[in-house]
Amino acid sequence: MTESLLVDEPVVAAALDRALRTGGEFAEVFVEDKRSSSGLLDDGKVEELTSGRDRGAGIRVVVGESTGFAHTADLSEAGLLAAAEAAAAAARGGSGGVTRVDLDRTPTSPAPIETYPEAVAKATKVGLLTQADEAARSAEGNAAGSIAQVMARYGDSRRRIQVANSDGLLATDDQVKTLFSVSCVAVGDSGMQTGRESRGHTIGFELFDRYDVEELARSAAQRALTKLQARPAPSGAMPVVVGPGGGGVLFHEACGHGLEADLVAKSASVFAGRVGELVASPSVTLIDDGTMGGEWGHFAIDDEGRPAQRNVLIQDGILTDYMWDHLRARKEGRPSSGNGRRESYKHLPMVRMTNTYIANGSDTPADIIASTPNGVYVKQLGGGQVNTATGDFVFGMTEAYLITDGEIGEPLREGNLIGNGPEVLTRIDALGNDFAMGSPGTCGKDGQGVPVGDGTPTLRVESLTIGGTAA
Amino acid sequence: MSKPPLQQLADDLVAQSQPGEQLEVYVAQGSSTSVRAYDGEVEAFTVAESRGVGVRVIVDGRQGFAHAGSHDREIIADALAEARDNAAFGEPDEHAGLAEPDGVDAVVHDMWRDEVAAMDPVDKIAMAIELERRVVGADPRISGIRTASYGDSAGEVAIASTAGISIYDRGTAASLGVQALAREGDETQTGYGFDVARAPGDLDLAKAAADAVDRATRMLGATQPQTASVAVVLEPRIAASVLGIVGGMLSGTRVAKGRSPFGERVGEEIASPLLTLVDDPTDPDSFGADSYDGEGLACRRVDLISGGVLDGFLHDSWSARRTGVASTASALRGYRSTPGAGARALAVTPGSGSVEELIAAVDDGVLVQSVSGLHSGVNAVSGDFSVGIEGLRIRDGATAEAVREATLGATVQRLLLQVRAVGGEVERQPGGTAACALVIDDLAMGGS
Repeated sequence: MTESLLVDEPVVAAALDRALRTGGEFAEVFVEDKRSSSGLLDDGKVEELTSGRDRGAGIRVVVGESTGFAHTADLSEAGLLAAAEAAAAAARGGSGGVTRVDLDRTPTSPAPIETYPEAVAKATKVGLLTQADEAARSAEGNAAGSIAQVMARYGDSRRRIQVANSDGLLATDDQVKTLFSVSCVAVGDSGMQTGRESRGHTIGFELFDRYDVEELARSAAQRALTKLQARPAPSGAMPVVVGPGGGGVLFHEACGHGLEADLVAKSASVFAGRVGELVASPSVTLIDDGTMGGEWGHFAIDDEGRPAQRNVLIQDGILTDYMWDHLRARKEGRPSSGNGRRESYKHLPMVRMTNTYIANGSDTPADIIASTPNGVYVKQLGGGQVNTATGDFVFGMTEAYLITDGEIGEPLREGNLIGNGPEVLTRIDALGNDFAMGSPGTCGKDGQGVPVGDGTPTLRVESLTIGGTAA
Repeated sequence: MSKPPLQQLADDLVAQSQPGEQLEVYVAQGSSTSVRAYDGEVEAFTVAESRGVGVRVIVDGRQGFAHAGSHDREIIADALAEARDNAAFGEPDEHAGLAEPDGVDAVVHDMWRDEVAAMDPVDKIAMAIELERRVVGADPRISGIRTASYGDSAGEVAIASTAGISIYDRGTAASLGVQALAREGDETQTGYGFDVARAPGDLDLAKAAADAVDRATRMLGATQPQTASVAVVLEPRIAASVLGIVGGMLSGTRVAKGRSPFGERVGEEIASPLLTLVDDPTDPDSFGADSYDGEGLACRRVDLISGGVLDGFLHDSWSARRTGVASTASALRGYRSTPGAGARALAVTPGSGSVEELIAAVDDGVLVQSVSGLHSGVNAVSGDFSVGIEGLRIRDGATAEAVREATLGATVQRLLLQVRAVGGEVERQPGGTAACALVIDDLAMGGS
């Protein structure tokens, strides 16, 4: 079945014609209609249900190295033509003239959805929140009533997009996402600690066929309770083992951003000019894959209308390619890799990751831990940040333990780890065979957030610096 | 003077309230321009208009909310209907409700400059290109930039409610930002410079460029330091980030929900006696200055820490009712969210001395010029604080080699108590915080 268009073809074509009138070489109309709903339980009560609606169009015009961009919430023909003119005026130069754009609809297959969010009663969504609250408070380890606060959040969104450009492309996508998270605060003699679990997929309400919210809630409560016994992490360099699923953030920061072609082109990446070189331990194969059905960073087409792709970035330690959006690819005379994404119609697309992961190695997780005399085991990672020009990156550990004599021991309080991407990639000295995807993430770049997924098997970095908080 | 159309729109919507229903409408509209320069050309030029509405309905203590990025009549009507429907699913909360006017007169700021809309876009483009040119030409070691940008915005807000609120406010802002790349051999380092103002004419290109160049070039040759316990000098912009975290921990919303380690500590010494912190949106020179909070109450000065002693918290109407105090008019929000209490215009009372003088008093330390991982390594509930840093090592009162790939770890609670000196020079940050350099004793620096 072909999706209906958000804006009729003749109107989009007219906007593209108008956008090219001042001599633009390339023009694009991106239309978005996003509905969202969320429910929040906090402080023992369902605080509120929220509904949101955002729709509009962003129009860009490219002349030489310059891009003009305008966006509007007015999807009428007049609104789109006005935005097209503003974008065209912003992109200077060129000789102008009359252009006719002929659009050709590209068939796409949006991810199959079993239960659309709008088909689920609000009371059912709210019910999940109270279920999670009760489960967290009655968690096994909470006999002493240490769980002081539970926050549970349900969120869903349905984002329909339509992309048309002066190359004749016309494509649509319908992206449904569902997310559930639970955060607990435990109070003890050592102060307060937090524990969190979240699950998010590019699917509908069937998310809850895969996950039991009570189980997630108990696990979040247990995390917080465990951390009440945690001691401040030591500072300094030591071996770090990252559990399955957790290490994705590490690669996202250590090299993912550095492989984005826009940063490479500006020599703002330590990986510039290194294709074909051994950049990582030979056990490392890094893939960015927008086609992974159901994953948080999945889509049928990217925000420039390009079908999602599976791109091998590092094969057996050798850098094979960067990630590309339309503009960078056009400049290099090659196809986009399907990595052109944007937060909303109010933003220009740029090179972004989708689902980024490290393929399985051959070690067993038990052997990796047993062969680490002393170090840190990170079970759950928080976010991270990288300076792509220097390669230095940090990522947070939200659940971590000391490894002593090859065994996982005492829990540690939260902190950041710091490392240098190119160095860390070569220092991966063990890679497990227990691949798992991590928690859903939001990747920020130049002020835009997009949903991304990541995954890894258990792995060990021979040395990373721990930002311990011990006095 | 006639009512601004935006305020009329909010009032008209509130007039549609039904009996037994509390209704609050938050409407916003704005326009913005941004220019990114690269290689002497315009890389991207963006013009935008935006509109939004947030509708909050409370019936029998149950709250519902809906928002939409449009002022179309139909879409607003949908949002109102959705908010009403959503209210049926909340659980009754005796503290739920709208802000009641409290008789405090607003300090009206003139935050609007016609110049922002009137300025020829060509001149805005010229500023971004000039910013790049100044950075690239400043030092032979500068190899280029990652981004050089100019941005401005003009925004208007109106809030109306059945509690009798009806306010309108507007403001403009302009900014410059540049990230310089310095190169020597195979090594690249970065430095960031910026400036903010209410209007483009007040922006200081030279300062933004010099900051970026300085910070990038002085990092060349940086290495990972050895793990040590050191005194730390935070540049004002870094001190502002840390104080922003403290401001968040003093949010009444967090306190009311048992998520602040300072919740039970009013009247206690939580910081060094050198530290006095207020939130003062009535200060017209702050970029966080505002006449009204997100619920339409007049903004006012709130004392948070006086000589190290905790005075109190930042409250919106809910957190105030929940904890049995009065709102401090500290509701923060946009049209897409319900209010939460937080700081707008934090300000530290200055001590004395320039950054150089503070450094001169440190034997063994580090001057921090940038931090990373504030979102991943700082937990506002437990207070655990662990960040990545770059900067210059300090030895015997003078700056020495550059350091990178280092961490700094402590807890926010300890950071506050271990403040040894507060600088005398105030720097106003884009986020609204007016900060001075801080010297903090005895922190763990992680390295090799």
